[in-house]
Amino acid sequence: MTVPAQNSGQAANSAAADHDSCLVLRDVAVAYGRKVVLREVFADIRRGQVVGIIGPNGSGKSTLLKAIVGLVPLLSGKITLFGRSVSGLKDRIAYVPQRELVDWEFPVTVFDVAMMGRLPSIGWLRRPRKQDVEAVEDALDRVGMLAYRSDQIGRLSGGQQQRVFIARALAQDAEVYLLDEPMTGIDSATQEVILRIIDELRAEGRIILLATHDLASASCACDCLCCVNQRMVSYGPTLETYTPEVMEQTYGGLPVIMLNRPGAGLRDAHARDAHTHAHEGHSHTHDGHTH
Amino acid sequence: MGTLTDPLQYGFMQRALLEVVLMGIVTGAIGTYVVLRGLSFIGDALSHAIFPGVVIAFLLDRSIFVGALAFGALTSVGIGVIARSQRVREDSAIGVLFAGSFALGIVLISSTRNFTRDLASFLFGNVLGVSESDLILSAVIGVVVLATLILLHPQLMAASFDRLAAQAMGLPVFALDLLLLVLISLTIVVSLRAVGNILVVAMLVTPPATARLFTDRLPQTMALSALLGAAAGVTGLYISYYHDVATGGTIVLVATAVFLVAWVFSPNHGVLGARVFRRPLMVTEPEAQVVLESPGIRSHEG
Repeated sequence: MTVPAQNSGQAANSAAADHDSCLVLRDVAVAYGRKVVLREVFADIRRGQVVGIIGPNGSGKSTLLKAIVGLVPLLSGKITLFGRSVSGLKDRIAYVPQRELVDWEFPVTVFDVAMMGRLPSIGWLRRPRKQDVEAVEDALDRVGMLAYRSDQIGRLSGGQQQRVFIARALAQDAEVYLLDEPMTGIDSATQEVILRIIDELRAEGRIILLATHDLASASCACDCLCCVNQRMVSYGPTLETYTPEVMEQTYGGLPVIMLNRPGAGLRDAHARDAHTHAHEGHSHTHDGHTH
Repeated sequence: MGTLTDPLQYGFMQRALLEVVLMGIVTGAIGTYVVLRGLSFIGDALSHAIFPGVVIAFLLDRSIFVGALAFGALTSVGIGVIARSQRVREDSAIGVLFAGSFALGIVLISSTRNFTRDLASFLFGNVLGVSESDLILSAVIGVVVLATLILLHPQLMAASFDRLAAQAMGLPVFALDLLLLVLISLTIVVSLRAVGNILVVAMLVTPPATARLFTDRLPQTMALSALLGAAAGVTGLYISYYHDVATGGTIVLVATAVFLVAWVFSPNHGVLGARVFRRPLMVTEPEAQVVLESPGIRSHEG
């Protein structure tokens, strides 16, 4: 139960065919200027898996998401989706940034914002087609915001704004969904909506990564946890990673209150997924990238 | 109607009228991005930075657009390079280069025989001296700027509203930024004749800031802003004609007055108007914010 050893056994048994259906992170490291903010991240994430990225403030949760979507350059390592480099697959990855980073006074409506998710498929110098409008309306409907389609985005509550951002990602119809702190500062109704959407996306076979400091919802909603603190501390099924030992290592001795310990009130999906992982060995927390 | 039609018996007034309308529409439209992206300082810097380019082109009797664009690009690159060194912040780099560039323009133009007159017409505009070829060039540039804004509207809007998400989707946000700067430079050149180098930034900022008080959608903001810009241009032109005062300054004063009135009385965002015409669920009101936060309140409404 220690941090992943550098250069430890490199997934020798992993089949290439397996990687073709995965989001694969191989020894990913990110630096801002000369400061290395995140390193030694390994993960193989399959379709239909929800991965929670947890760790204290400044541990590199948001940075990891930004690295996957190409917003920050990699210092080293490789990120591939379905066997191809992610840099050419940007339209297949939907990114929902933290709400604080957006100018909410900007004169756009709810519909305008959700339609931005269709931009990659509409392309340049073209008008939205009928299927684009339908996709946007469907996405807004799924998050319960269709009735607000003509409202200016700044007039909504924080939770409603978050739902519109989720709708924009849904409208993009991506393979990978990256959600940066979607549960922060929002009402409980919106939290339920987001948890339902995550379940739906999982059932549709999408890949979902969820950066959060909310351990309770992460342990409840996620199949796997990726625990980071400047480097990857542990990666594996929630049942195996959501332990006092790993949390202690991740949060560096900060007091961690653990609610929802696995086994108590976990949904069927997680239990199922945890079992499918079991054969891959219990050494995830040791080297973090067995498969 | 004589008051409005009398001045138009002169050819120079007809050309001036067309020029200020063109200028008002183009500055109003592109200025919406200047306001929404917080580019006022950059716009001011660009208008100064292109000054030597305009002067050199004028001295060599070449197109001022080419000179302006060359210096706009040169200064932008210079700012980028200098700001990369960690000791100089970007705003300092902009301040150093645009002031230096402006000074170069003044020194260059001081070598001409008609120094004072030429300098004044560049700095403060000389819309009554607009020639037919000036007008045609302004119209062409105006159409190019407006067409670009319309054709790339979805991309420009997405990159301006949520830059990170737009970049994540694969939109070339840096190229779009650069394009916006080029369009702003072009617009500044169009406006030089009407309001001059010093006051251009007012036309880029004041009409859009006014329009923003009344609208909540980007296309409407741009349209209203263009309308306000053109209206300020025409009104300012007539006032300056009848009272024999500087045209550029009068146009900007009219735009400023409209902004102040709107700021006080606008029903949505104005300081006074918001109290008089207060609408339910206005986010600008703290107590309304609290109401909004409680889930499901809107569903009870209707």
